Amino acid sequence: MQTDRLDNGGRIDRTKTLNFTFNGRPYQGFEGDTLASALLANGVRLTARSFKYHRPRGIVGSGVEEPSTLVELLGDDASGNRPVTTVALREGLAAKSVNCWPSPELDVGAINQMFARFLPAGFYYKTFKWPNWHLYEPFIRKAAGLAAAPAEPPKEGHFENRYAHCDLLIAGAGPAGLMAALVAGRAGQRVMLVDEGSEPGGSLLSRNLMIDGKPAMEWVRSVSAELAGLSNVRHLQNATVWGYREHNFVMVNEREPEQPSILERNWRVRAGQVLCATGAIERTLVFGNNDRPGVMLASAVQTYVNRYAVRPGKRAVIFTNNNSAYAVAADMQASGIEIAAIVDSRENPPEVARASVPGVEVLSGQVITTTHGRRRVRAVTVAPAKGGTGRKITCDLVTVSGGWNPAVHLWSQSRGTLAYDQALSTFRPDKAAQSAASAGAADGHLVLAEALRSGAEAGANGGALPDIPASDDLDYAVDPLWQVEQASGKAFLDMQNDVSVDDVHLALREGYDNVEHVKRYTTGGMGIDQGKVGNINIIGTVAMQKGLPLDEVGTTTFRAPYTPVSFGAIGGIREGSVALPYRHTPVTAWNLANGAFMYESGARWRRPGYFPRAGEAFQDTVNRECRTVRNDVGVYDGSPLGTFELKGRDVGRFLDHLYTNVMSNLKVGRARYGLMLSDDGLVMDDGVALRLSQDRWIISTSTGHADAINGHMEEILQTEFPDWNVFITTVTSQWNNATICGPKAREVMQALGTDIDISTEALPFMAFAEGHVADIPARVVRVSFTGELSFEVNVAPRDLLRLWQRILEVGVPFGIAPIGSEANHVLRVEKGFLSLGHEVDGPIDPFDLGLGWAMSKKKADYLGKRSVALRRAGTSNRRELVGVIPEPDRMIPEGGPLTPGGEKKPTEGFVTACVYSTVHDRWVGLALLENGHSRHGETVHVRLNDGVIPARVTPPIHYDAGGERLRS
Amino acid sequence: MMNIPCPFCGPRNEAEFAFGGPVKPRRPDPNATSDDEWADYLTQVPNPLGPVEERWWHVKGCGTWLSIWRDTRTHDIVEGPGNAD
Repeated sequence: MQTDRLDNGGRIDRTKTLNFTFNGRPYQGFEGDTLASALLANGVRLTARSFKYHRPRGIVGSGVEEPSTLVELLGDDASGNRPVTTVALREGLAAKSVNCWPSPELDVGAINQMFARFLPAGFYYKTFKWPNWHLYEPFIRKAAGLAAAPAEPPKEGHFENRYAHCDLLIAGAGPAGLMAALVAGRAGQRVMLVDEGSEPGGSLLSRNLMIDGKPAMEWVRSVSAELAGLSNVRHLQNATVWGYREHNFVMVNEREPEQPSILERNWRVRAGQVLCATGAIERTLVFGNNDRPGVMLASAVQTYVNRYAVRPGKRAVIFTNNNSAYAVAADMQASGIEIAAIVDSRENPPEVARASVPGVEVLSGQVITTTHGRRRVRAVTVAPAKGGTGRKITCDLVTVSGGWNPAVHLWSQSRGTLAYDQALSTFRPDKAAQSAASAGAADGHLVLAEALRSGAEAGANGGALPDIPASDDLDYAVDPLWQVEQASGKAFLDMQNDVSVDDVHLALREGYDNVEHVKRYTTGGMGIDQGKVGNINIIGTVAMQKGLPLDEVGTTTFRAPYTPVSFGAIGGIREGSVALPYRHTPVTAWNLANGAFMYESGARWRRPGYFPRAGEAFQDTVNRECRTVRNDVGVYDGSPLGTFELKGRDVGRFLDHLYTNVMSNLKVGRARYGLMLSDDGLVMDDGVALRLSQDRWIISTSTGHADAINGHMEEILQTEFPDWNVFITTVTSQWNNATICGPKAREVMQALGTDIDISTEALPFMAFAEGHVADIPARVVRVSFTGELSFEVNVAPRDLLRLWQRILEVGVPFGIAPIGSEANHVLRVEKGFLSLGHEVDGPIDPFDLGLGWAMSKKKADYLGKRSVALRRAGTSNRRELVGVIPEPDRMIPEGGPLTPGGEKKPTEGFVTACVYSTVHDRWVGLALLENGHSRHGETVHVRLNDGVIPARVTPPIHYDAGGERLRS
Repeated sequence: MMNIPCPFCGPRNEAEFAFGGPVKPRRPDPNATSDDEWADYLTQVPNPLGPVEERWWHVKGCGTWLSIWRDTRTHDIVEGPGNAD
């Protein structure tokens, strides 16, 4: 039964009844309701328990400011910690309170109230500090009982991101925002008008005001209609401007895009100018037990009465320090709520205010000291503000208004400064830091006519002003009342975090006297609502206690988001497989079809790790693939290797600068291995350069570093040698390759058929030739990453799969098999070939790796030369690359530390790789060892958790030290 | 997200760029530099509270390395655009 629904009025559709449940009980509301208004209409007052003390709580606000009742939505809508006032009612909606179990009426945690005096600010920090907070945190979080995060992503629909640009972004479609949009839109500016509400109007939706002699909402309707007809204006409702970043970059979260499959849309808008027309938020008053259900903001009561046709109580006491509550009182009276009294803390409330509610008792110079009742308010005690005996007034609703704060959140996020305004007793926007402005109540223009004017001025931006429509509104006047000093009972400053005046006083006594420290120590102003209704009272309380003016206390920093934003909306469609997509070569599908175990092998390339056959364990497969290459012939897909084509007159000297060895004297048709250092002497990359013609080269880089090397080369070229004639083109995906490797590789090449002379004499190691292989145009390069005779057959991507399949067909008589990265790793370790990230880490230089020969002595300068020389001139021991043979024969985990004698001493190196060598039929490894080059034959010790493994030090080449096989 | 002026593409979102660090002094001739000077060149990176000249690579755009003067306190781009040379 909607017992508290008014008979008529409101912006609800009474023909559309919606069924919903709250804490398991069924209720009904109407289309246009929020969950909050529907609950109030059903007479539900106790809706929540508080965070810390589990005190009974009700609904306090009507919008994003709601500090009190958070709900968890259940079922397909599952989401947690939603302010009840921001949940639009839908058929079948199921919601429950947070912070209480099993229900707000019968809450087990309510026992905390008995211990309330033992739970002051900082209680957790003081009590749960040994051995550390993290031990206690999970239990406390559970006891605090905020809603659970949904376990599953939404079943249907998806999130979306969208970019937009505009000349003027207006945050807020209240009177000022609409006026600004109208003026700027008419002037032809590209305008984005963004409003968080379900319909435009802002405060006009809640108030009974007239514009141009007609109800204000008629003006809103006509302005909206005109804006809808302007193609240069984009008008979003249900969309919150939640972040204001540098360079006028603004984030907008749109919750109900017109496309139903889109759950939420996050706009990233670059705005020429931003107008903060975000309105103002009413602040609460701080008195004893001001959190009891039935104590509500005046603006919220006005909203429920006017917009939702709901009567939140039958007999009300209004407590105020300013004029705006008088207009609320008039609206309440008109809806049949009895006004027991208006308690005005001011000695002399202005006559204009009193005149709006003739006949109502105004108790001027008085305050409410406390409320009475248990699960909802039954009475209040009113006493003179200057002290004196109080009297009790019965009521079931306390309507409070502590004055208005401009919603400066966005403005502050833009780094605009604030100044304290004595007349309004609040902080107002002062100096802009970006191309931003404020208008309307957000700029302190709290009377409708001023709001309309300031909106028009902002929209005109110096241009011609239109006629400002006439309007009626009560003048605004306020005397600050930061707290009722003679309050009895807990007086809450921040209801969401259960922060009372006593907590702030305690924080100050304990030395947390900066307002930011007060916030962190008490948690006042944190949470979902970010202290929208109470923060300034905290500042006021600090100011009173310290005897400072408010502007010297200052505000805490306003940070994004203004209201909570779901992670899904920020991520958009960048989820799962598309968040960081894999790179594929043309044989990925073949690999998958042939049972390859695939994984990422650097730079998001998805490569086959190994090709298991029936009955094989992992190590069996790797051993078989290794034997295939060592004894017969294997083939692997080397396409992901970074490949760059360099063209121009100066490529030779450019490469001489980049690589440690001389490249410029390389003959056309030949290839050369090279090392790249950074200028501070660290090994960046290694690879092979091919000289295609006098001025045309191909260089390869390691797979994982291709993008970084590209940036490195371009930076050097563009910033240091801009006049050099070099053009760098990435061709990694323009050239793919199949690499045939093993003693029978040449026979496979012959079986494929090629017009290239592939004899050792014509095409020796580190040479290449262009022609055809299997009738496919190809460049064949004699490089080897396995230590065996290898032909890297480079073809266009469209031809790779055909070549690949042909190789495997003709290779059958030679025992060919595809080889994965695991076997490749074993083969390169056996040969002592480097792998960046294994043997090459931060401090290692080429001499340590035994590659001193690659450090040119002829070249006067190249990147890293000076730094390597400088470092090697020092006396510190170098870690040098060696081979290690574990004795007894067993695997050593990668990274296993070497310590002198295996004792608990500083390490003298570590094992970089350890593989099962099918050539030696045992485990072999590589290590970086202090002075390793002079310690061959020694026994070193790997110190592991499960024991010490002795290992013999050898040269870092376990196989074919002379390199006959790869040259064959 | 900053709006970075690319000399070829105009103002573009920061997401299109890779940060290249503050601009160091010109690379000295390593053969005519003392050890200390060389070490300073490598390790002394400008890190002011205020405007700093820094490089950005328009990697998801035209590929240009450019430099801007950015105020580290505010992200305001106080000078530029300009080619990195």
